[in-house]
Amino acid sequence: MEEKMRLVETGNHVAAWGARLARAEVVSAYPITPQTQVIEEISRFIDEGEMDCSYIPVESEHSAMAAMIGAVAMGVRSFSATSSHGLAYMHELLHWASNIRLPMVMVNVNRALGPGWNIWCDHQDSLAARDTGWIQLYCSTHQEILDTIIQAYRVSEDPKVILPVMVCYDAFIMSHTYMQVEIRDQEAVDRFLPPFRSLWKLDLDYPFTHGSVIYPDDYEEVRFSIHQAMENARRVIVEAAEEFREVVGGYHGGLVETYRMEDAECALVAMGAVASECRVTVDFLRERGHRCGLVRVRCYRPFPVDELRGLLERLQAVMVVDRGFSFGMEGALYSEVKAAVYGHGDRPVYDLVTGLGGRDVPYDVIAENMEAALRGELPAESRWPTVRLNEHHELVKRSLEEYWKREGVR
Amino acid sequence: MRLRDFPEEELFLQGSAACQGCPGSAALRVAFKALGKNTILAVIASCTSVLQSPYPASALGLPTLNMAFATGGAVASGMTAAADRLVKNGRFSEKPTILVWAGDGGTYDIGIQALSGAAERNADFIYVCYNNEAYSNTGTQRSGATPYAAWTTNTTRGKGEWRKDVAQIMVAHGIPYVATASLAYPTDMFRKFAKAREIRGTRYIEIQAPCPPGWKFPSSHTIKVARLAVQTGMWMLYEHEGGRTTYTAGTQRIIQGQAKLAPVEEYLRAQGRFRHLFEPERDEKRIAEIQNRIANIFETLQFTHKMKEHIMDIEMAPPR
Ligand code: SF4
Repeated sequence: MEEKMRLVETGNHVAAWGARLARAEVVSAYPITPQTQVIEEISRFIDEGEMDCSYIPVESEHSAMAAMIGAVAMGVRSFSATSSHGLAYMHELLHWASNIRLPMVMVNVNRALGPGWNIWCDHQDSLAARDTGWIQLYCSTHQEILDTIIQAYRVSEDPKVILPVMVCYDAFIMSHTYMQVEIRDQEAVDRFLPPFRSLWKLDLDYPFTHGSVIYPDDYEEVRFSIHQAMENARRVIVEAAEEFREVVGGYHGGLVETYRMEDAECALVAMGAVASECRVTVDFLRERGHRCGLVRVRCYRPFPVDELRGLLERLQAVMVVDRGFSFGMEGALYSEVKAAVYGHGDRPVYDLVTGLGGRDVPYDVIAENMEAALRGELPAESRWPTVRLNEHHELVKRSLEEYWKREGVR
Repeated sequence: MRLRDFPEEELFLQGSAACQGCPGSAALRVAFKALGKNTILAVIASCTSVLQSPYPASALGLPTLNMAFATGGAVASGMTAAADRLVKNGRFSEKPTILVWAGDGGTYDIGIQALSGAAERNADFIYVCYNNEAYSNTGTQRSGATPYAAWTTNTTRGKGEWRKDVAQIMVAHGIPYVATASLAYPTDMFRKFAKAREIRGTRYIEIQAPCPPGWKFPSSHTIKVARLAVQTGMWMLYEHEGGRTTYTAGTQRIIQGQAKLAPVEEYLRAQGRFRHLFEPERDEKRIAEIQNRIANIFETLQFTHKMKEHIMDIEMAPPR
């Protein structure tokens, strides 16, 4: 048996290993907490001659994405990493990358947005980038971060897809904690991941103008092609996961990962590290006599519509645990899950919005609410079960009430 | 180099959608001739994004990536890093010239962060700002490059501030080559591009680009207005390398006393965007402000030039 290289590493350093094993040749990035360790580790790899790569220490995230677009357009496999405000700052160029159809992989360490400054985890940053034409994959273990980055290149560069991929994992809960990972065998990764290829590149022998003005006569076709690519990606992501299991080893699910769903009567749906808390909830609920299961959504775009229908169709209750919110509506994952199962069976779907800005998500709160749901005692709109008012909030509330009184608001 | 020695091959092709007399397209033509075929282009949101013609046609005979407004220095950083990789791995036999083509809006204002970052890293590419002194693409609004007192659609009584000088800001970055150019001096412009092509690191070339619809002059007057700008000192031609500035062409002739500095009024009167300085009545104050500013600069330069000649005379005088 061949030696397997195992390390105990932070999620961020593991992400750097992902880029290294995928043989990214250009990395452009700007530091932001909690992503910083990713690019520190990559520059160390490069300095010590362990990774053959150019690192562009750009002056902003907007430039990080622009540089990456330039490098990929030249025909070179590239990598970047960001988080929160950084992702928000590069938003314009996220569209640019998908609209001109460039394959690339970027890590986003899920962090809340300010103000007030909050460096801890929720999913608001990447959820707000939902409609940029990027494939979005969410990890829940360090090993999955490593394996998903490698698979992401494979998916991104697949001729049926050719879209950028964002690999997401939770700030601090995953970025800075240590877990054991198996660093995959480079030869096996090379067999799994062919050398870089792309639909097009800036070619001196075939000069072509990319991204110029496009009239209404052609624009819808461009957008439609992105939709088609997303549809194709559903299959390609699953295939890549299967082939990775065979060639490299290790499996984390396709578009979704399930836990104790075989005989489930009710289910939790979650993304990212909070899904691990939900596993504990599932075990706890089972001890209390409820046949509960978990569906972890690994892939938010394309959304696993068929998978969810198949899994959730005959259940008594479905509860979504949301770590992001669509203001003026409801939990962002909740809307999607409801839309996916709409018209397929009539099980009620509930929503817990919790864990924002890094707040702890206790399993018993989820369990309590699930039991209430099973008794038919839970309202259908999004609930915020961990919101509480302490003295500070009372103070704010009082000044708000005074303001209302002054303004004559009743 | 004379005009008739310019390469005949055209890389700026027919069928562009530029306005008649567009300075941007004229500048592209000269730049492409000087840089040749082994060039890859990034066009930053500006009139050039539109004038190259809509998808899938193109008047640009070089591989081109159109990019968002604020990205010039950054996209070129990625392109040049990738080009180095391609040379290193033998996929390119020779490194192509990476050329950024941006307007003044994309350079002076929204794009300066990316440009400054790239210059500080001394990323290897040529950055061109064709400066029409306004956001011509969106119909002529004020930019950081708009001169004092000029009309734009959002400075209807003339801009109240002086323009900033990005070429000098680039000099302050300590990059290996900074040059300014004018359409009225095409051989000077050609020489500067040809020189920049041979230098490694960040090179910055800024071309003044008189824009007929934006500046309100007949489309046959582009070159005339460009020449007046240099003759009146409103636009100066120089190149800066190795810590030294050398004035060139028309500007050099004025400094050396071979030509007289023309009154700025000739330049202001040639364009509609300064009409309010003369009608309904003459705005002596603002005209004098502009003229004095130019006069001060040239007096200093002419004095320095004379001093230099004088010192050289002493140095070169035979020992007694
Ligand atoms: S507006 Fe001016 S710069 Fe723009 S295309 Fe027309 S002439 Fe050229």
